[in-house]
Amino acid sequence: MEDDAPVIYGLEFQARALTSQTAESDAIRFLVGTQSLKFDNQIHIIDFDDENNIISKSVLLHQAGEIWHISASPADKAVLSTCYNKNATQLLSIFVATSESRVVTCGAVWRMPPEWESGSHESPDDPHNSHNPQNLELLCHLDNSAHGNASSVLWEPMGDGTRVISLADNHALLWDLTESSTQATISSSATLEGKGQLKFTSGKWSPHHNCTQLATANDTAIRGWDLRTMSQIYCIENAHGQLVRDLDFNPNKQYYLASCGDDCKVKFWDVRNINEPVKSLEEHSHWVWSVRYNHSHDQLVLTGSSDSRVILSNMVSISSEPFGHLVDDDDLSDGEDNNQYDKSKEPLQDSIISTYEEHEDSVYAVEWSSADPWLFASLSYDGRLVINRVPRALKYHILL
Amino acid sequence: MDGDINATAPGTTPPDSDPARKRRVHGMLKLYYGLNEEGKTVDQAESMDPCDINGPHFDPEVYLNKLRRECSLGELMDQETCMVKQIRSLDSDMQTLVYENYNKFISATDTIRKMKNDFKKMEDEMDCLSTNMASITDFSARISGTLQDQHAQITKLSGVHTLLRKLQFLFELPARLNKCLELQAYAQAVSSHRRARCVLQQYSHMPSFRGIQDDCHAIMDKLAQELRQKFRDGGSSAKDLSECVELLLQLDEPAEELCDKFLSHAQSRLEADLLGLEAELRPPLSSGPTAVTDPYTGPARRLSVEPTAGSPTGPSSLNNPFLSPSSRTDILEFIDRGCNEFVSSLCLVIASYQELFVNRPQEGELASKNIPQMAIGKLHAFVDALATRYFSLVERRIQEEKSVGDNSLLVRALDRFHRRLQAVAKLLPGSAVPSQGTEIVVRAARERIKQYLAALQSFYLNSLTDVRQALAAPRLGGSSAGGGSHLGGSATGKDAPASLPELLSTLSASILNQIKSVLASVHLFTAKDITFSNKPYFKGEFCSHGVRESLVVNFIMFVCQSSRQFCESAGDRGGSTPPALLLLLSRLCLDYETSTITYILTLTDEQFLVQHHSPVTAVTALCGEAREAAQKLLNHYVKVQGLIISQMLRKSVETRDWVNTIEPRNVRAVMKRVVEDTTSIDVQVGLLYEEGVRKAHSSDSSKRTFSVYSSSRQQTRYAPSYTPSAPMDTNLLSNIHKLFSERVEIFSPVEFNKVSVLTGIIKISLKTFLECVRLRTFGRYGLQQIQVDCHYLQMYLWRFVSDENLVHFLLDEIVGSTAHRCLDPAPMEQSVIEVICERG
Repeated sequence: MEDDAPVIYGLEFQARALTSQTAESDAIRFLVGTQSLKFDNQIHIIDFDDENNIISKSVLLHQAGEIWHISASPADKAVLSTCYNKNATQLLSIFVATSESRVVTCGAVWRMPPEWESGSHESPDDPHNSHNPQNLELLCHLDNSAHGNASSVLWEPMGDGTRVISLADNHALLWDLTESSTQATISSSATLEGKGQLKFTSGKWSPHHNCTQLATANDTAIRGWDLRTMSQIYCIENAHGQLVRDLDFNPNKQYYLASCGDDCKVKFWDVRNINEPVKSLEEHSHWVWSVRYNHSHDQLVLTGSSDSRVILSNMVSISSEPFGHLVDDDDLSDGEDNNQYDKSKEPLQDSIISTYEEHEDSVYAVEWSSADPWLFASLSYDGRLVINRVPRALKYHILL
Repeated sequence: MDGDINATAPGTTPPDSDPARKRRVHGMLKLYYGLNEEGKTVDQAESMDPCDINGPHFDPEVYLNKLRRECSLGELMDQETCMVKQIRSLDSDMQTLVYENYNKFISATDTIRKMKNDFKKMEDEMDCLSTNMASITDFSARISGTLQDQHAQITKLSGVHTLLRKLQFLFELPARLNKCLELQAYAQAVSSHRRARCVLQQYSHMPSFRGIQDDCHAIMDKLAQELRQKFRDGGSSAKDLSECVELLLQLDEPAEELCDKFLSHAQSRLEADLLGLEAELRPPLSSGPTAVTDPYTGPARRLSVEPTAGSPTGPSSLNNPFLSPSSRTDILEFIDRGCNEFVSSLCLVIASYQELFVNRPQEGELASKNIPQMAIGKLHAFVDALATRYFSLVERRIQEEKSVGDNSLLVRALDRFHRRLQAVAKLLPGSAVPSQGTEIVVRAARERIKQYLAALQSFYLNSLTDVRQALAAPRLGGSSAGGGSHLGGSATGKDAPASLPELLSTLSASILNQIKSVLASVHLFTAKDITFSNKPYFKGEFCSHGVRESLVVNFIMFVCQSSRQFCESAGDRGGSTPPALLLLLSRLCLDYETSTITYILTLTDEQFLVQHHSPVTAVTALCGEAREAAQKLLNHYVKVQGLIISQMLRKSVETRDWVNTIEPRNVRAVMKRVVEDTTSIDVQVGLLYEEGVRKAHSSDSSKRTFSVYSSSRQQTRYAPSYTPSAPMDTNLLSNIHKLFSERVEIFSPVEFNKVSVLTGIIKISLKTFLECVRLRTFGRYGLQQIQVDCHYLQMYLWRFVSDENLVHFLLDEIVGSTAHRCLDPAPMEQSVIEVICERG
């Protein structure tokens, strides 16, 4: 079974923000935010045609500044949020004028202009967009000037797109979006107290427990928060030897959490027992920047690292299907199939499925497609987006 | 002689001296009379010659004719004279002979005449003798006839006498028995009674005899009673006792009952012995000072324990004071006591028992009862039961033997224990006792090996603690002393780990010594003069499985594993292990891989003559293990050191406001610190590892100008990105650049040499620098500061790494990324950078 070659798409600018369009369940679509201090930053909407193996893109301008984090609304495909540094040119002018300025990272919610889909499709081979790209429409600022720099904006998973959390320095702010997301008001907030300059590096909104839990990372610790009381519910001190870079919740097992960090490790936690990780992987040779569970088959775990590699692991033993996909007996008509099935039912071994080496710079983001569970994208700093698939053999093994 | 005659016959030679002639004459005469038997046949042929003058067929005519025919006249004349001469001599001879014979004949005639006279006289005397003899016979017959009656009477009288004596014995028997009873001469009493018993039985119908019999019975009953009493009292010695039993047996006591009694009696005494032993086992409630100072073992043990424990705190932790053997008799004494008291009396009991019940000459009705089998069965049960208790006591005692100091004591004790059991084995061939004893010894040996392993392990850990302390002590002093100036950095580096090689050598030497001493101790188990050393267990399994696998191999594995644990645990707790220790352990493991393991295993195999019956761990596998551990430790060392430097760089990048920084005037202190630390790491690693190979580098690497890209190349690299017309070219150059340079593995395994280690550390540090820079935004002076810093690093770091291009590449990346993240990328003049860097 030949696996399809990876599809590579190059951006003009450096980039580290990537998300799949969460609300879109038909088209395979990724959003990439660029980082450029000199030029107008863009949001690339990457559409992937699975059948023809073709990428098509459209570009929207994000003039507010360079994008550090991007996330898409789970309810409205046209709505997304970004964390960005204030436009560099503005900054520069301030800098030049007053010779005193600060780099400020803000959060905002945007709406894509309705026409982008119709007009701006083009082939990636095209050297440059002939007509000027459209601007994003600002819905509201998540005004965090009082709280510090925003590191990420999290949408309520499977929600109606009215609640977001922004992490700003040592604050976690829960916002209610009203008036078709044009109004954002802080409904509650939590603050990390402690010695030194504490700062949230990343966070994740748990899809379990009726979306009442949040996990955040600061320095080497992972903390869990109850959003109803905005109080800490657990804290894994020294979860990693060094900085924790990213977190992800197992979509099928409510207490399971994956984390990655600068100690080159990926760790899997059961938050009910925070003393020891359930499992620890050390496959990367540099910091691991991103970890993602597959949305439907949680044994598939994707990690991206600054050693320029993306690794797809098969963590069967701690997944929700440790014995493979369970099939009802009714589905099996004759005995032979049954036997074959029994064989495959033996506990599977955790293993590295594949290491993807298409990147040549640090990979800061990896993301599964929300439409096709067998497809994922990874983004390296030099602006290279690579779309890969789960090897077919494994896919059929999991399905059958 | 015939030849002579033939020769002389022709008369050619004159006759020689007289005796010879005489003999010849005799010979010729003999011949003439046909007396010469031997000559007859031989002569026959020759003597047929008629010309032979000596032959019987001599014909004078023929002879004469022949002479006349053949001889001349002269010759004939000569012949004639010769012949005459011969005839004359023959005549004279003849005369002499006749005379001699005549004399002899006369004397013979005289003798015969004399004999005739003598015989006549003798005949008369013989007649006289025969008449005398007849008269003697007559007399003798008469005498015997008269004496016949008296002889018969005497015979009868002597018979009566004997009978009377027997009767007297019988009548006196009761009194005699009583007397014996009084004198306690039981043996005599019993033998007397036995002699009389049959008779009494036979004549019991006669009232008088019956009376005697009854009396005897009464007395004997009393006697038996008394014997039993004595038997029961048990105060008597074993010999007395056996005598007792023998007598009782003779008195027809049931053997089974006697066996039981005998054994129960013996048991009570043996149990007393066992209780004595058990009392020793019980921990003394108050260990008085008298008990502590055991003159025999006290000092010896103290001496032997201390080197084992290694650190001064060792002995107290090893010896549970409650069980401390110094407060009580040592094991040798204990076993000695057990042997001397219990085992020897057990042997005595077995021996006398067998003497009494088993090996008795079986006679009479006793034989039919099959006593020996019954008796042996009882004996086995008895011995087994007691031995089990004894063994359990011994085992308890052995288990208390926890101090690993002096093994010889234990081995000697076990040897004695085992040796003494052999006596039991000899006495009681079918018994399971000796094999159980051997099992105990085997178990003790196994236990011992386990204890030694534990001791080795704790010794190793203690040594590590010592090393850790030794590392910590000078480090503190060094850093406080040399923390001031920039150049002090290298001095610190030299001061602190100066003792690293020494520490390594002392550590490995002390471990090796410890292993050797343990091997020597364990070797005692297989010494030739130890009785159990030739048991199959000690020849085979003990050596190969016990010593080699359980002790040596397990220890080596333990060393490797504990080293590895340093990597794992330290990683999570954030480097609690001092890096120098990691480095030292890594070198230790590497040394193990290259030589020590082989050495130890060869030593073991030689000392114990290990025959590999079962598959054993191969040397290569262990070496692999050690190498893996060494690799892991070194990797971890690189990681930890890299992290320390990374941490400095990261803090320096993260905490600074790069947008609003001022124009760089000098290299930031943190960079100097990085170089200092790298230098001290270099020194540290250099103490333990070889230099390693580096790619050839240009001689003026330190002078390499950054301007190559920071001014000119950077322009070409990044200029396109400023023009929106060609956005795809943005990264083209850097990508091409990357295509030709190898992918940099940051946390990759390092090789066992200094350059590789340093390369690893520097890679980690610079990559961190790069990643941190990418997260920040820079102003113009921020970029310039980074330029200065990178140039400074460039100047000093190239010399540490195997491939300087690696440093160049990473520094290029840093400056490049900074330029990217810069709001106002106006690079500094290379010359200015150089001036700043030279200034320090």
